[in-house]
Amino acid sequence: MEDIANLFHGFAVVIQPFNLVLMVVGIVLGVIVGVLPGLGGANGVAILLPLTFSMSPTSAIIMLSCIYWGALFGGAITSILFNIPGEPWSVATTFDGYPMAQHGRAGEALTAAFTSSFVGALFAVIIITLVAPLVASFALRFGPPEIFAVYFLAFCSFVGLSKEPPFKTVASMMLGFGLGAVGLDQMTGQLRLTFGVEQMLNGFDFLIAVIGLFGIGEILLTMEEGLSFRGKPAALNMKIVFQTWAKLPRYWLLYLRSCLIGCWMGISPAGATPASFMSYGIAKRISKNGHLFGTGQIEGVVAPETAAHAAGTSALLPMIALGVPGSPTAAVLLGGLLIWGLQPGPLLFVEQKDFVWGLIASMYMGNIVGLLIVLTCVPLFASILRIPFSVIAPVIMVFCAIGAYTVHNNTFDVVMMVVFGVAGYFMKKTNYPLAPMVLAIVLGDKAEEAFRQSLLSSQGGLGVFFSNGLVSTIMTLGLIALFWPLIQAGWSRLRSGKLRPAE
Amino acid sequence: MNQTVDKTGGTGPSHRSVEIGVAAFMALLALIGIFGSLKVGIGWGDEGPRAGFFPFYVSLVILGSCIINTITVLATTARTRVFAEWGQLRQVVSVLAPTIVYVALVPYIGIYVASALLIGFFMVWFGRYNLILSAAVAVVVPILTFLMFEIWFLVPLPKGALESMLGF
Repeated sequence: MEDIANLFHGFAVVIQPFNLVLMVVGIVLGVIVGVLPGLGGANGVAILLPLTFSMSPTSAIIMLSCIYWGALFGGAITSILFNIPGEPWSVATTFDGYPMAQHGRAGEALTAAFTSSFVGALFAVIIITLVAPLVASFALRFGPPEIFAVYFLAFCSFVGLSKEPPFKTVASMMLGFGLGAVGLDQMTGQLRLTFGVEQMLNGFDFLIAVIGLFGIGEILLTMEEGLSFRGKPAALNMKIVFQTWAKLPRYWLLYLRSCLIGCWMGISPAGATPASFMSYGIAKRISKNGHLFGTGQIEGVVAPETAAHAAGTSALLPMIALGVPGSPTAAVLLGGLLIWGLQPGPLLFVEQKDFVWGLIASMYMGNIVGLLIVLTCVPLFASILRIPFSVIAPVIMVFCAIGAYTVHNNTFDVVMMVVFGVAGYFMKKTNYPLAPMVLAIVLGDKAEEAFRQSLLSSQGGLGVFFSNGLVSTIMTLGLIALFWPLIQAGWSRLRSGKLRPAE
Repeated sequence: MNQTVDKTGGTGPSHRSVEIGVAAFMALLALIGIFGSLKVGIGWGDEGPRAGFFPFYVSLVILGSCIINTITVLATTARTRVFAEWGQLRQVVSVLAPTIVYVALVPYIGIYVASALLIGFFMVWFGRYNLILSAAVAVVVPILTFLMFEIWFLVPLPKGALESMLGF
């Protein structure tokens, strides 16, 4: 019951006028970020992070998390109206969303998408409210081996659940760990891998990596593909909204299933993108209209959007409760915590009640405000995409550069951003996933510390990671996640004759 | 991501060679990592594993993955698959080159003037806008940025001669 009281206290913090203004600003910026090619949730938040340096941590997290909600909403607009997924997780939304727009049902598709996003997010926030405090209080008992096991589980899930080749995921993840290791060694105070280069003393900041990989890399990709925007008109009046709302409740089972898929994929750091595809795939197989999917079925919009938002939101659960972000954007928010002087992890629930419950309350409020804003302002946001790319591209570049510079007030970081951008372009083109790399740079030091402390206590024996029930369970889950594709292949061979489960 | 490339069938560097290049570059980083780790010690010291312990094994895994990835690519990717057409790559370079110049200029002339030049250049060069409109956008965006960062949010950005002349 104490949690409920805390939550209401959180609401009291959120509805302070200043915080409400930040919330609206955050959502609007977020939708813009989500609509623009080259800017996404992760690097949008990273670029705008410096704006929050002078704010209180609670106000800062409200604004940044609202940018994230906005970006999640924004992705749907471009998918449906322009057939251009603004974000990777809205690719599945284009399958049925764009055909609906072509048939003149854009308003219906947008309403369905926004409402589904809202439902998915709300479901995930309720899960966070109920589960995160429990997980956090449980995690307070964790020692170094358990902490390492949680990281192990997180990274193994990436390898097992990613649709990219496993060894590419491993390579990109380990590269992240390697980059994270450059600079001062936390435990011995020794410098390593710097080779006497002064600029490398502080190592590679993951914010620079995020801005470069996702921002600059994405612009280079967009240039290569040569964008042409041919959008459908975005008329959205209240009559269509209410008509669509009247239709949606009959899909409650679809909603529930998509929410569960999303939450599961979001908490295990597979992320919103696979969640949206998985939800779409399952909906297509189960629905009696399955054979019509791809021609403009409303269910084909509901399923991926609900799952993507549930996943995007629940990715914050491990970030708040354990200090392990479930997505690159959650990682950026975690980086923000460090900058504001908060120590992420289970202790947040004990030491920073205002902050945590303010964040959770802002998730509820942010999604409600977000839904209202996107429903009323779609044409405005859609018009952003009609600004030619030759104007937008340099402006995005400028903002990326500003974002990179302000992390440490260092112009060398801007150079590194471009290097990461070129790397991001090549890695994307050759199917190396970027998210594991970013998360590895963020968590590298912590994972290494937990690993070395565990080894220290066991005098070098790896048995410490299977020394008690808890740590063994987490490690075993990690191994299952790591070898999931093999297990799945074996399983489907066992029951051959039946359909092979979709990813 | 590669559909656009596959369909058109134009000429360009092969996908295989780029894949191998990426793997080779990562392997190079891994070798640097191994070398650097060995320098600080990878064994067991007074405070437990030494500083190079973790990066050493991480680098080894990268090296192993690069080898496996290269073999996989050689076995599965068609020889004829094109990474991107030369025309597309030219587009990429034509964005990248001004960006590099921009980044190089920032420490000397400040971010605002450099940004104005970048935006103006892009609009005239790619957008084929007339000079007046380009100049207007190129001036207004940095001014708005200046107001937002320096005045409202109190975040200082790199400034050059022009700003100090104006008294900032």
